[in-house]
Formats: sequence, C-alpha cells, structure tokens
Amino acid sequence: MAKVLMKGNEALAEAALAAGCRFYSGYPITPQTEILEYLSWRMEDVGGEFIQAESELAGINMVLGAAAAGARALTTSSGPGFSLKQEGISYLVAADLPAVIVDVMRIGTGLGDIAQGQGDYWQLTRGGGHGDYRTIVLAPASVQENADLIYKAFDLSEKYRHPVIVASDAAIGQMIEAVEIPEFVDHDIDKFDWSIKGCKKGDEQRKIQNIYYTNPDYEDYLRDKYSAMEAEEQLYENIMVDDAEVVLVAFGISSRVCREAVQVAREKGLKVGLIRLITLYPYPVKAFEEAKNAKAFLTVEMNILGQMVDDVKLATGGKFPVDHFGSIFEIPETEGIIAKIEQMLKDVEKEEA
Amino acid sequence: MATEIICAGFGGQGVLTAGMLLINAGMEQGKNVLFYPSYGSEMRGGTANCAVKISETPEEQIASPVCKHPDIVLTMNGPAIDKFEGRLKPGGLLLVNSSIVPDDRTYRDDIKVVKVAATDIAKELENPRGANIVMLGALASNSDVFTAEYLREAIDSFFAKKGKNNPKNAQCFEKGAEVK
Repeated sequence: MAKVLMKGNEALAEAALAAGCRFYSGYPITPQTEILEYLSWRMEDVGGEFIQAESELAGINMVLGAAAAGARALTTSSGPGFSLKQEGISYLVAADLPAVIVDVMRIGTGLGDIAQGQGDYWQLTRGGGHGDYRTIVLAPASVQENADLIYKAFDLSEKYRHPVIVASDAAIGQMIEAVEIPEFVDHDIDKFDWSIKGCKKGDEQRKIQNIYYTNPDYEDYLRDKYSAMEAEEQLYENIMVDDAEVVLVAFGISSRVCREAVQVAREKGLKVGLIRLITLYPYPVKAFEEAKNAKAFLTVEMNILGQMVDDVKLATGGKFPVDHFGSIFEIPETEGIIAKIEQMLKDVEKEEA
Repeated sequence: MATEIICAGFGGQGVLTAGMLLINAGMEQGKNVLFYPSYGSEMRGGTANCAVKISETPEEQIASPVCKHPDIVLTMNGPAIDKFEGRLKPGGLLLVNSSIVPDDRTYRDDIKVVKVAATDIAKELENPRGANIVMLGALASNSDVFTAEYLREAIDSFFAKKGKNNPKNAQCFEKGAEVK
C-alpha cells in the first residue's frame, strides 16, 4: 500500500481494523476522540460493530464480552477515562482474555488537561487496577508506529490470552505523518477452543470466568506467563549507545526530541546515545547491555516525578547515577536536554577526580 | 537538515491547509514530513497555527516535532507576526499578508520580509478562500524548498484527489509567485 498522510489517532484506528478488529466500544475524551470519531463511520465499512458506550466502564466491559466471544476487541481512552477502565482490565487479565486498550496520554493528575503528557507510566507498567498482574505495554513514537504497534498488539494479546495496552500520547495522536497501513487480515471469531459460542444440547458448555477458580496450577501458570513475556517480548531501539557516556532513556514523544538531542550532542563532540523503549512492560533490560561505556543515564519524560528512573536503576543494577529531565506544559526542548547532559558530564568528571 | 516552517493566522484563513499542502508536496517527492497543529483549547475564530517539517532527503528522519527556530514563517495576520517573528532563524523568510498588516510595521533587520497582498489578490481573482495559496506561491519563489512549478502542480493534485480542484488556485499561486 502507498503511503498516505494521516493523523496519529486515525492511523491507529485504521490499523486496528487492518488487524481484524471488528468490535469497538468507547467513550469520548480528548485527545483520543479522533479514534472514536474515525471508527464511528469506518467500522461500518468493514462490517464491524461500533458502540459509543454510556461510560468508560460500560466500554471496557463490552470489550470483555466481545473478547469472550473470540472477537478482536478494542477500547481507547485518556487521563481520567483510562483510570475508569482499570477494573475492567483487571477482570480481563483474571479471565485470560485477549483485548487491546489504548491510552492516549494527556497531562495531569485528576482531570488534568488535554495537553501532552507522559504521567501514566506507573499506572501503565504496574498493573493499574487491583490485584497481582501487569500487561504488555507498547509505546509508539510516530504515526507509523501507532499503526504498526496496534496491529502487533492484537497478536500479542492472543499469544498470551492477556490484554495489551498501547500507550500513545497527545502529541503522537495529533501529529500528521506519512504512514503505510499494514495489510488487512481476516480474524476468525471461531478459531479459539476457549471462546464462548452456542453449543448443541449435551455438548460441554464453555464458560469464561476468573481462572483462579478453574486452574489448579494457577501459581505456576502465572509465573510462566509473565516469565515468557519478559523473555520474549522486550522491544527497543538503540541509537549510538555503544560508546555513549551519557545514555538517554525515553519513549513516545520524548524519544523524538531525544533523537534530535543525540544528533546535536554528537555534533558538539559529546558522546551521547539513546535507548528508545518500545515496550514499557516488559522493560527492555536487554537494551542496557550495549551501554558498555556509560557513565550516567538520563530519563527524559513528560512528567515531573521521573517515573521511569527506578526502572533504569534496576536495569543497570544501581551502578550508575540516573537523573531525570522532565517537563509537562511543553514538549521537552533539545537545548534543555543538552544543558542537562553537559552538567551530568561535569558531575561525573568531578566524581572521578 | 529538514526545513522548518510555521504557518499562522486566524482560524479560517487556511493556515492548516497551507501546512497540509506543504507536507503533501514533500511526501510526493519521497521526503519525510511532519505536521504538528497548534494544540490546546482554542475558540472559533481565534488563532491557528501549525508547524511543518520537510526532510532534505528521503533518508533523513524527522526527529522532534518542535519548531523552535523555523526557516520560514508564513503569516496571514498581525498577531501571527507578533507571535513567531522572534523565533525565525537569522536569514529566515517572513511572509506578511500586506492586505491586513499596516505597511509601516517594522521588522527584524536580520531576516527577509516579503509582503504579499494575499487577501486582495485572492479577492480580485474571485477565489477569496485562496489567500493561503497566494502565500504558498510567494513561499515557493522566495525560498528553495520547492520550485514554484512543482508546488503549484502538487497543490492542484492534492485537491484533484479530493475531487475539488479549483483552476483559480493555480492563478492565485502564480500571482503570489510573482512577488519577490
């Protein structure tokens, strides 16, 4: 397919259909509403079901129902709306159901506002709802990746029978770039041996419930499931990491700025690299093996608390200083990141002396 | 290095369309492009702007969406100049809509200012919504992002694909391109 110009949110919506998603239920909230708007007319073209639910809670629970029937099902939200979905996500996990949930991140705690933000990292990577679970989290950094990762999300969710979250953000959702939508594939709603469908009298009925009640080996089952995700699904892109003294760690919109910061820093003779995370969980610890000359790490995130700093410390065994460059009202700027790197290099030098 | 352009004006003056026309022209040449709209709570009839980046080569990736120091600022009104003139790179191009902006306005002396009577020209050519196209003509002939001929054709083909090509657009574009 030729490349077309699309807004991030719309490319995500179209690529979900390409992946065989034929059920959507969600509720409007900026900055993800274009996904809902796009699917409100486009879903009909491909013969699927679009429902504007009465609330986020209804939206996620309709997804649970569609997933139980074997459909590729999607819901999307942002900010407080994403919080409302957490109970449903926890129930999807408990019932071993595949589904895809998109969080187009926006600024703030509470209502916050519609501007860009990356303040949901903890909620995204630590389960978000109640109980003992996590989900794979994919973080696109371009319109193309919005399309590619939603497409991949459905496969991953079925591979593990587990919900998968796509963590986009307001900037990636609103920007327009050239994108190639992946090939349309058919999804057979009846292909699973676990999904619910009508059965003849006397046949064994299938049911979907919390598998805590049905799996006698639940403890090992859980251990194995998460170990497999952590072993097999780490995704990242390393940019000039092997000789870097300061390694930036970022995802989504912040990683776009970091890519520019690496170019500018290299032109100035500073040895700087970037680990761009594509999965937030499992955390791509493998990416850090390449950072053999690193003296310090810097996370760049659109939040103030430096939510990813702890994960970088864990990935590097606590052996290096890890600092945070954060902004919330504006996308971080290259100049500010470079100034921070220069300061860190000075501090490292002082420490060595 | 990618060319960075900001288009700004009142809502309804076609500044977002101007940005779309620029990235479409870039994409058709196989270049990497990015369009980032001004984003936030805005009111109808308020200001609108977008940032556009067009790579020099098909290989060059566009990194940050932020246009901190644009090469070109296309403005359709005075407030847009107030907001973006200061951010232009030294030697950059500022396109001014002289139909609206008073002639005695002063500008930075380290930039190139091109005054285009865009709104008047579009009215004279009976294409009142084509003021943005007039500006794009002037942009092409006063910079080396695209040749005027290429951009004019790319604009026509953009609208033709949407089934709403207006032959008066090319006239508006040509009039704009004459301004140097």
